[in-house]
Amino acid sequence: MSGVAGKELRIVGFLCNWCSYGGADTAGVARFKQPTDLRIIRVPCSGRVDPLFVVKALLTGADGVLVSGCHPRDCHYTDGNFYARRRLEMLKRLLPFIGIDEKRFHYTWVSASEGQKWQQVVTDFTNQVHKLGPMHAKKESEG
Amino acid sequence: MNNAEQIKETIARIFPDVETVICYQQGFDGLHATPYFISIPEQVNKLIWNPLCAQNLTSYLPSIKKKVGIVVKGCDSRTIIQYLQEGLIDRAKVVIIGVPCTGVISVKKVLREIGHQPVVDVVFDDNGNIVVKTQKGEKRLAIADVCPDKCTTCQYPTPLVYDHLIGEPIASNKPKEDVYKDIREFDAKTLEEKRAYWEKEFERCIRCYACRNACPMCICQDSCIAETREPHWISQRLSLQEKFMFHMIHAAHLAGRCVECGECERVCPMDIPVAKLKKKINAEMKELFNYETGVNPDDKPPMYTFNVDEAKIKEHKL
Repeated sequence: MSGVAGKELRIVGFLCNWCSYGGADTAGVARFKQPTDLRIIRVPCSGRVDPLFVVKALLTGADGVLVSGCHPRDCHYTDGNFYARRRLEMLKRLLPFIGIDEKRFHYTWVSASEGQKWQQVVTDFTNQVHKLGPMHAKKESEG
Repeated sequence: MNNAEQIKETIARIFPDVETVICYQQGFDGLHATPYFISIPEQVNKLIWNPLCAQNLTSYLPSIKKKVGIVVKGCDSRTIIQYLQEGLIDRAKVVIIGVPCTGVISVKKVLREIGHQPVVDVVFDDNGNIVVKTQKGEKRLAIADVCPDKCTTCQYPTPLVYDHLIGEPIASNKPKEDVYKDIREFDAKTLEEKRAYWEKEFERCIRCYACRNACPMCICQDSCIAETREPHWISQRLSLQEKFMFHMIHAAHLAGRCVECGECERVCPMDIPVAKLKKKINAEMKELFNYETGVNPDDKPPMYTFNVDEAKIKEHKL
């Protein structure tokens, strides 16, 4: 049930186990409609997300990458998301330098109770990536 | 920059206190300097000091356990400070002989100027020129014209940390705002141009990993994730994607740590501007956290710490 018309794209989502994964679950339990482009990878904490996960995903075929963790000050491990915030911000600023649109990467904070917010994040991010189109469009047509 | 005699004197003086001194000697021809390890004071005669002494010798420090003396230029001293920030060396076990530097020479640039002819002799004159004699004649080049890119914006010609200083300290005459000028200019290009630029550059990469091996901050060495099978970050496949990924690994692991010594570019056999990615991250670290690598031993690298409320990081809206 894609909220976006046209071909489905590949979006990878790294969600922390304690907040955002729960938030996505809440959204699912509440039967909120969401685009289906997102493939979720559950990680223990947003601090587990190496910026290179994102780079690797984008270089090897993902059209967008979403990272979501607990709100700052709410980390299950006290400070994982504080470290994540610095690393991901660094990456966000590096991506345009290597010619990747920074709009293909987004990091945000969603708690386990915020089903509605999760629906909003997924829908908005999927729309944003769809506006940019597939990442490797040229290569696919080349065969 | 004829401080060689003074360096020799200093080394002879510190000797009983240290087991080894790391400095430079002449390489296989007059154009090449090579690292020189002195273990008895008599060996000091072969020591040289001239603008060809471009290598960053501090790379050896984390792997040496005994007490060593080392000859450093301004830029090299930043590596030592970065090591101290990260707790990689013991300050008490290093005797630093600092030498103010007026700029080194990029051997690659000289070789390009002389058409890669075999070098017969190299002389430095008093006006800041290098005279390279080959079988096809001699060429006089201004050192400022054949210096590595890092020298053109050098902010720290005098070592920031030392036990013995050779000669008088020199102040930088390069404007501070120019340090990241090339990065800003490159960043102003379109995404497609930048992507095409890096693809063209990385296409040439032969993955010799010289940039990683020469990098003083690449301290994982044999456990580098570029070569481990578990995790298997990149394969041995010869593709642009793998090369691109390798350089991103190098850049990401140096985020907020790169001291801009330029060793990666100096050793690259394919002339890839690998330092540019790291410089970009450094520019961002400066803006986000007002952090400059290798300047103050009491600083903490930005990725090793955090603030609960980040002043400069704003939440991104979709």
